[in-house]
Amino acid sequence: MKNNRLLRNIRLGIKTLLLHKLRSLLTMLGVVFGVGSVIAMLAVGEGASREALEQIRRLGSHNIIIDGPRPDGDEDGQRGERSRLLIYGLHYADLDRLLEGFPDIARAVPVKLIQREGRIGAQAMQLRMVGTTPDWFELVERPMLDGRPLSGLDLERKANVAVLTEHAARRLFAAARAGLGSQIRIGGTSFTIVGIVQSESAAAGGMQTPDRNTDLYIPITTAQERFGDLQEHRSGGSRSREQVQLNQIIVEIGALEAVEPNAVAIASMLARVHRRPSAYRVNVPLALLRQAEATRRNFNIVLGAIAGISLLVGGIGIMNIMLASVTERTREIGVRRAIGAKQRQIVYQFLIETIVLSTTGGIIGVAIGMLIPWVISRTVAMPTYVTPISVVLALGVSMMVGIIFGIYPAIRAARLDPIEALRHE
Amino acid sequence: MSTPAAQLENIHKTYHMGDEPIRALNGFSTTFDAGSFWAIMGPSGCGKSTLLNVLGCLDRPDQGRYQIDGRDTAALTDDALSEIRLKYLGFIFQSFNLIAQLTVAENIELPLYYLGWHPERARKRATELAQEVGLAGRLQHRPYQLSGGQQQRVAIARALANDPVLLLADEPTGNLDSATGVEIMEMICALNQSGKTVIMVTHEPEVAAQAKHRLVMRDGRIERTEARA
Ligand SMILES: Nc1ncnc2c1ncn2[C@@H]1O[C@H](COP(=O)(O)OP(=O)(O)OP(=O)(O)O)[C@@H](O)[C@H]1O
Ligand SMILES: [Mg+2]
Repeated sequence: MKNNRLLRNIRLGIKTLLLHKLRSLLTMLGVVFGVGSVIAMLAVGEGASREALEQIRRLGSHNIIIDGPRPDGDEDGQRGERSRLLIYGLHYADLDRLLEGFPDIARAVPVKLIQREGRIGAQAMQLRMVGTTPDWFELVERPMLDGRPLSGLDLERKANVAVLTEHAARRLFAAARAGLGSQIRIGGTSFTIVGIVQSESAAAGGMQTPDRNTDLYIPITTAQERFGDLQEHRSGGSRSREQVQLNQIIVEIGALEAVEPNAVAIASMLARVHRRPSAYRVNVPLALLRQAEATRRNFNIVLGAIAGISLLVGGIGIMNIMLASVTERTREIGVRRAIGAKQRQIVYQFLIETIVLSTTGGIIGVAIGMLIPWVISRTVAMPTYVTPISVVLALGVSMMVGIIFGIYPAIRAARLDPIEALRHE
Repeated sequence: MSTPAAQLENIHKTYHMGDEPIRALNGFSTTFDAGSFWAIMGPSGCGKSTLLNVLGCLDRPDQGRYQIDGRDTAALTDDALSEIRLKYLGFIFQSFNLIAQLTVAENIELPLYYLGWHPERARKRATELAQEVGLAGRLQHRPYQLSGGQQQRVAIARALANDPVLLLADEPTGNLDSATGVEIMEMICALNQSGKTVIMVTHEPEVAAQAKHRLVMRDGRIERTEARA
């Protein structure tokens, strides 16, 4: 019964507002655009930051990732007669220094990348081998799809075994889980495939040895023994040679609070050994995570301020129109009072109108605010995410705007002297 | 004797504009018996509308005692006065004062809405009232689609919706041509005959002649009262 009455009041409010459709629409616009733009911006920001946070999270908050990047120019390379030799990367000794000099390090995993041609039967293709240790599979948290990861024994025996990524399996054997037990010939050695590991999803990790289509994990000892540190690349007529010991070392720190101090210490250790600052790069996912979260927080604060300002403007617009409406309907108010309406019933009537106005604006705004990210996601392949909380909040806030900016005009309407209101022209 | 519909004792209402206080009601006393029909007359500015506002609980006297249907209105809150208007009173205005965005039916229902009637029951009553005032086919019309006389009939139906003890009319025929005025007066007389107390302000002697009693005011007081011959 009570509910029914509220519904009737809302319906009456809507009816009154519909009498001046254009005016009601224009009045709502402030809230519509305020809510719409904030929801849309929030969705874009949330999409971007979720992506970033997810990438970073996958790198592991306990990890420090040390790269030995390939120099861009050739000013650092040593020129040979007909070919040049590019020497870069981290050293085997770096790994030992890390393990000996840093007691906080729980595990350190070397990564050595080798490009070679491989054959399965008569089929030949370019492969990238990742020489590493069994710990790698635990540090990067990549589940095995089939078979087993590399083992300590493989490492010890320098076994000719390989773990294939899902992508590689699909490319080489036309099925994600196929190829277990098959042989791949690479440079005169035949490797047995002992496992299939899940691929890194496309969205994740740029830093952490990104997957190529045909990646293959082998024991680092095997990689050293079979392929050494020197690689030749032929492209067109030119020939380039590279000498790299390790491309990357992933370090896991036992205690979270020790991650950042150790990163600093590792960087200064590397500075002593390598001298050339571009020879190594220390990435701390935890620091990046903090940074990304701080960025997100700042972004949200800025957005909140924009939302506040636009809703303030929208609210003032609504209040302005409602005050005009009260003046315009003074006579009506007088009639209602003469008939026996109590002051609070007049307040109620005008307040409901304002709330209907602002909430409708909010709903339209939310619709627009959800449509824009949808269009963005479809057209420019940018991730967006409309959080449910932002929608609920937007609707709640627009309702609040109605209450806050409606209460004054409503009270003014109710306080009118009935006699004067009846005389009003 | 039954309870008087309205009883006024030594009512004062003074407006202060500039230096001279305007005594709109200056010691006004009278009793309006239940079922009576009064025409209030007098020159412009003598306090007729002010009297009606006091009677209608829209205005409070500065001084004096006003009882409606045996209830003293002094010391009543604004809400309580609204309640009295809602339950005891019906207003008919010179300028009809229908609410433009509401239909005829909704205008008639307005008091019932504030009385908290169930919508269906209210609609039924509004339909009956519209029939009584001869506007059965106009329920869904808007006020602007009606003639002045028709609008005043709607206003009368609305004033009757809450079955009031006292009907207050301030120049109900003032905005109507004489033929329509006669129709409206017939309706008001019929209401009085069916038992409603009516207090009506008018300038027109031929309209006043239809009331059972006439009260002529001057300067906020009663100059004379006369009964219909
Ligand atoms: N709100 C007000 N403020 C100041 N003076 C007022 C106010 N209302 C009424 N008056 C004065 O009180 C006096 C009585 O006014 P009232 O409206 O009762 O007259 P009336 O008899 O109804 O006149 P009319 O026949 O012209 O309608 C007038 O002098 C008027 O100017
Ligand atoms: Mg008057």
